[in-house]
Amino acid sequence: MTLQEARSLATGVTAPPTRDRRRRVGLGSWLLPTYTVLALVFLLIPIVYTLVFSFNDSIKSNISWRGFTLDKWLHVCNKQEICQAFGNSIIIGVVATVIATILGTMIAIALVRYRFRFRSAISLLLFLPMATPEVVLGAGLAAEFLSAGVQKGMTTIIIAHTMFCISFVVVTVKARVASLDPALEEAGRDLYGSPAQVFWRVTFPLLLPGIVAAALLSFALSFDDFIITNFNSGADTTFPKYIYTAAARGIPAEANVIASAVFLLALVIVIATQVSAAARRKRLANTR
Amino acid sequence: MAFGAFAGNAVAVDQAPRRRSKVALLLLLPGILYLVLFFLVPLVSLVITSLQAPSEFGDIGEYQTAFRWENYTTAITQYGAQILRSFVYALAATVFALLFSYPLAYFIGVKARRWPLLQNLALVLVIAPFFISFLLRTLAWKSLLSDESFVVTSLKALSLLGPDAHLTGTPAAVIFGLTYNFIPFMTLPLYASLERLDTRYLEAGGDLYAGPFTTFRKITVPLSMPGIVSGVLLTFIPAAGDYINASREFLGGSGTTMIGNVIESNFLIQLNYPAAASMSIILMAVILVLVGVYVRRSGTEDLL
Repeated sequence: MTLQEARSLATGVTAPPTRDRRRRVGLGSWLLPTYTVLALVFLLIPIVYTLVFSFNDSIKSNISWRGFTLDKWLHVCNKQEICQAFGNSIIIGVVATVIATILGTMIAIALVRYRFRFRSAISLLLFLPMATPEVVLGAGLAAEFLSAGVQKGMTTIIIAHTMFCISFVVVTVKARVASLDPALEEAGRDLYGSPAQVFWRVTFPLLLPGIVAAALLSFALSFDDFIITNFNSGADTTFPKYIYTAAARGIPAEANVIASAVFLLALVIVIATQVSAAARRKRLANTR
Repeated sequence: MAFGAFAGNAVAVDQAPRRRSKVALLLLLPGILYLVLFFLVPLVSLVITSLQAPSEFGDIGEYQTAFRWENYTTAITQYGAQILRSFVYALAATVFALLFSYPLAYFIGVKARRWPLLQNLALVLVIAPFFISFLLRTLAWKSLLSDESFVVTSLKALSLLGPDAHLTGTPAAVIFGLTYNFIPFMTLPLYASLERLDTRYLEAGGDLYAGPFTTFRKITVPLSMPGIVSGVLLTFIPAAGDYINASREFLGGSGTTMIGNVIESNFLIQLNYPAAASMSIILMAVILVLVGVYVRRSGTEDLL
């Protein structure tokens, strides 16, 4: 008998099952799971719709079903603008992610490991971008670029995306730094490792899962951002901006193809990280 | 994901207090400088822009520095309805998202604990909408709720919807879209705090002869308060500033314009920068006040 079972038995003894109690068990045992399944199905409806309509043999706009085809998947770049926009989104996402991840990781390490003045002011500065509506972030940067006379384009989009990704990187990596056992680094120092060696051979590998998670999150945020991009893109187009401008005249199925492909790729990455984390847990449990 | 950490607050801060602060400075400086330059300075330039006056002999879109405070009063009188509407829609979406997400997060975080695989699968499904373009998701709903769609034709057949009624272009559609799009932002922090809920407290509630409702109200809800606060903020703030759902090409119509739409069209189409800037400042100010009051009242001040 496990502790849990013992406890539930004991509860049964101290509180005799009233009718009310029994009904709660009955309700909870099927109502909540049913609701969960329905809720998850509801969340997936637009995704399924987008996936299905990536196979639609549409001509111009992709609204009514005209038959199944693999054509759009095989010739995505027939619609050149889409591929161009998609390429831009990838470049912006990668550059912004790299910069934001480096800057954010440095801040996260400093926040957990060091004491310094103006700590609460810095925390506030990191929190505020997450609490500010995107329109305000976008309009603010656009106003700054306007008064500085900066031409808007790819560079300004990258600047904007890096800005809103930093805070999310800090939050993600900070949790990892805080859970790190300082004894491991101490051991490194005891073995005469130089500070640089200790960092690159001990600290960094231990932080890596957090850093990777932060980078993935940054890329996802950057790739899907439209509101801030719209204010700072000038004549350059990203994938979401393409969809926004095309929405009035109808979205071609090729856009669904790209979105579906990105979705499936993201799903594979998430499942792979989950599986590898589970495997690691198992390994740890076995060694103990 | 980040939202878990957002909800969970920092745990072990200050592990190694007081080491070389020079290193700390070097670590902090680039990132903080970046945020000052591209987050704080823009806010300042937004304030400056919001007070500008049209330049005397300039074209459309040319302004000069001034202290034109009436930009604010004009914005409020001219767009009062849109400002109010934004907060009403955002509030409605937040309430619906909370009602939708709480049972979901409760099941995943508390009931599904015995089956980690199920728990992980459900979580992946909750965040799955994040992986498909925000705009395409919204457009998918637009098609699914359009006049020729299965939903509308069956509602009309059942006389639940008048023969000339529409679903898209209505406030209900915009609130629906906002709710749908921000549900994961609500579910994740709720999950993060419910997942750590010690179920022994619930048993204790039962032992003390509290009914399921009292146990829920007096134990479960207070213990998941950090998650509720984060979820409400993460839903309300982006919903109030959103202009995709309310846009006419998406789920909105002529009568659903929100403050975000006004800012966008003033800034990017009419080139009326002072109007857009003053609206942005108003939006930001109202949100900061609401967030401040809300966070103080719910007693969770350590957010990051």
